[in-house]
Amino acid sequence: MKESYDILVVGIGGQGTILASNILGEACMIENRPVKGAETHGMAQRGGSVESHIRIGGTFGPLIAPGTADLIIAFDLLEALRYSYYLRPGGKIITNGRMVLPTSVFTQGILVPTDQEIIGRLSEYELCVIDAEGLARQAGSPLTQNIVMMGAASQFLPLKTESIVQSVSRLVPPKTLDINMKAFELGRKAGSSC
Amino acid sequence: MERRYLLGNEAIAHACLESPVDFISGYPGTPSSEVVDILRAQSERHYYTEWSVNEKVALENALGAAWCGIRALCTMKHVGLNVAADPLMTSSYTGVTGGLVIMSADDPFAHSSQNEQDSRMYAKFAKVPCFDPGSIQEAHDMVRDAFTFSEETGLPVIFRPTTRICHSKGDVTLGDVQVSERTGQFNRDPRQYVVIPVHTRVLHKKLNEKQAPIKKRLVELGYNKAEVRGRDAVIASGIAASYVMEIIPSTTSFAKIGAYPIDEEWLKDFVSRHDRVLVIEELAPFVEEEVLQVAGRVPVFGKKSGNAPYEGELSPAAVGRIMKSAGFAMNVDFPVANPVPDVPPRPPILCAGCMHRTTFYAMKKVFREGIFPSDIGCYTLGLQLGGVDTTICMGASITVASGIAHSGEKRDVVCTIGDSTFLHTGIQGLMNAVYNNATITVVILDNRITAMTGHQPNPSTGITACGVPVPAVSIEAICRSCGVSYVETVDPYNLTILVNTFKEAKARPGVKVVIVRHPCVISARRSGITRRPYVVNNEKCTGCRTCIRFGCPAIEMDGEKAVITSGCSGCSICAQVCLFGAISTGGAK
Repeated sequence: MKESYDILVVGIGGQGTILASNILGEACMIENRPVKGAETHGMAQRGGSVESHIRIGGTFGPLIAPGTADLIIAFDLLEALRYSYYLRPGGKIITNGRMVLPTSVFTQGILVPTDQEIIGRLSEYELCVIDAEGLARQAGSPLTQNIVMMGAASQFLPLKTESIVQSVSRLVPPKTLDINMKAFELGRKAGSSC
Repeated sequence: MERRYLLGNEAIAHACLESPVDFISGYPGTPSSEVVDILRAQSERHYYTEWSVNEKVALENALGAAWCGIRALCTMKHVGLNVAADPLMTSSYTGVTGGLVIMSADDPFAHSSQNEQDSRMYAKFAKVPCFDPGSIQEAHDMVRDAFTFSEETGLPVIFRPTTRICHSKGDVTLGDVQVSERTGQFNRDPRQYVVIPVHTRVLHKKLNEKQAPIKKRLVELGYNKAEVRGRDAVIASGIAASYVMEIIPSTTSFAKIGAYPIDEEWLKDFVSRHDRVLVIEELAPFVEEEVLQVAGRVPVFGKKSGNAPYEGELSPAAVGRIMKSAGFAMNVDFPVANPVPDVPPRPPILCAGCMHRTTFYAMKKVFREGIFPSDIGCYTLGLQLGGVDTTICMGASITVASGIAHSGEKRDVVCTIGDSTFLHTGIQGLMNAVYNNATITVVILDNRITAMTGHQPNPSTGITACGVPVPAVSIEAICRSCGVSYVETVDPYNLTILVNTFKEAKARPGVKVVIVRHPCVISARRSGITRRPYVVNNEKCTGCRTCIRFGCPAIEMDGEKAVITSGCSGCSICAQVCLFGAISTGGAK
């Protein structure tokens, strides 16, 4: 039996996966729990597919083995599909309902599955689809989609909501605190119906 | 004592503040760059910090400082150590008085690199100690101690984290930041610092005499440790040791190697107490070869037995596969989970509005049959646009171009190199090409920043690592002083002028330099420059896909018409590319 609760945060470079992993890590610090994580940095960030591993309670290495993750938080629907093989049987996916089409789809005419096809292919897992962009706009800025997703995920994380909220408030730019808090709440509400 | 969730490189930087360090130099390179970036950004700095123009320059600077008795850190990525190999190999002869830590970050799986070389080989080659951390906490503790160890042994120490240390995060217990009271002072000692043959022969002997005590000391200090728990033993180093610890049963013996050179007597004693030994490490079979030398009749499993891979990075699952194939017990059994098929790849791509895309577009238009040697930087992504035919190492665009041109190849040879790479090791190649009368076009992609590694300033930026304004180097003047007669500077956002300049260069003999200058679109945005986004006029769009072929990530097809997404940065090139005047500026900033 593994000791840690293993989460993969996936998306596209620039969507804020690193901030999301920092929020989880900081929340662990607030609760005085060990945590390990691994991230994509460097050139791969330029609009490419990115993944952050976070192991709450982890005391060994930062990497999660495919087939063993407890939760995937996906900022893009296509990325949810790409990394879904990391989940353990019965694991949970919380995903943004939208996807950004890779440029290769247009320049090289590569076929891309539709939203419905992806949702169908993910049906073997517990799936929670969030309209992150809509809720982020409602909160006041489309840039808060990552915080919306963290709000939705907070329903399922083995961390106290207060710790995550405190962590968000420590890590987002002070000027954007109010809209990020609103985004978190909207996401949390949306997550409760999953 | 404070506990924080930190990136490996943040923990390493903090350890330097605890040590404390007096002098920092380096050249950016993934995964090492954040260490200097963090140290240069501290509000209070009681140490000197520079981004150097290349790794050789960085290491020689740090060596000079360490000869003056102060603590120096020099950072680079693994391939940077090739550039710095010349001073490294003799710095072990001269030694140091102040602690000198050379951080050379390895990149198993070549996440952001051109190869998977192993810095531990350099440590052995140069006969200097090497620290190889297995976790972020250990990376922190090792760096803090490495300065002392360097002073104790009088040798530079190589600190070799890997990508999964530098770019992993974890809870780290930190010590207090210290303020140094050291001031450099050079004590003249030609027998130590002037390596003429008569001196260096003596120095080499002294260096060899240091090796045995270093090995013993590394065991004493606990960097290399072992626990006998059964008849089977696993020996692991670096981050692989963390993966092993996650799945090794309590009845299998375990040795963790954290520093080199390894004490053979200690290793032999451990190995001899077992029936079978498995060695698990990333990259070269470095520990494995040491184990094989002392194993006698004890069978050794690892890379050479075919159980472990020589390339790529390890992971808990990969370590599980190795242990299983060698018949070693594990306390977990990882499920078989294969990547999901039929998911379109999403590789990294040049940003919307990036000047490099426009440059490659114009280059391909003018030099239709051209050969395109290139270099290391964001623009290597021009591969996707058909504008990159070769990349080997920093600065090798101009040199490879002149080699191809002198080979008898008849087509135009047009190479691309960024500003930082040109200043790193490109200038000598340019001088050589002019001197030897090559016929090539050199395109210098000058965005005035070292973008790919995280926007570090360089001599063309006009500020130092710590933000002090300095005169920006003139790339034009460098090219002219190398003897280039055709040096033109153009703004790539004007496609017509860019194309015409390339045509002019194409028509001339000899070495031609076109400097394509525009700010990196990310730095421009950060400094507050915004442009109106562009829109497609649906009535005028014929669906010809010319703009799609330009390859900008902000242009998509919606049915038979092109659309511009919210990713548009307003560079205007698609409007200049469109044959039907269907794209124009619109929308709000």
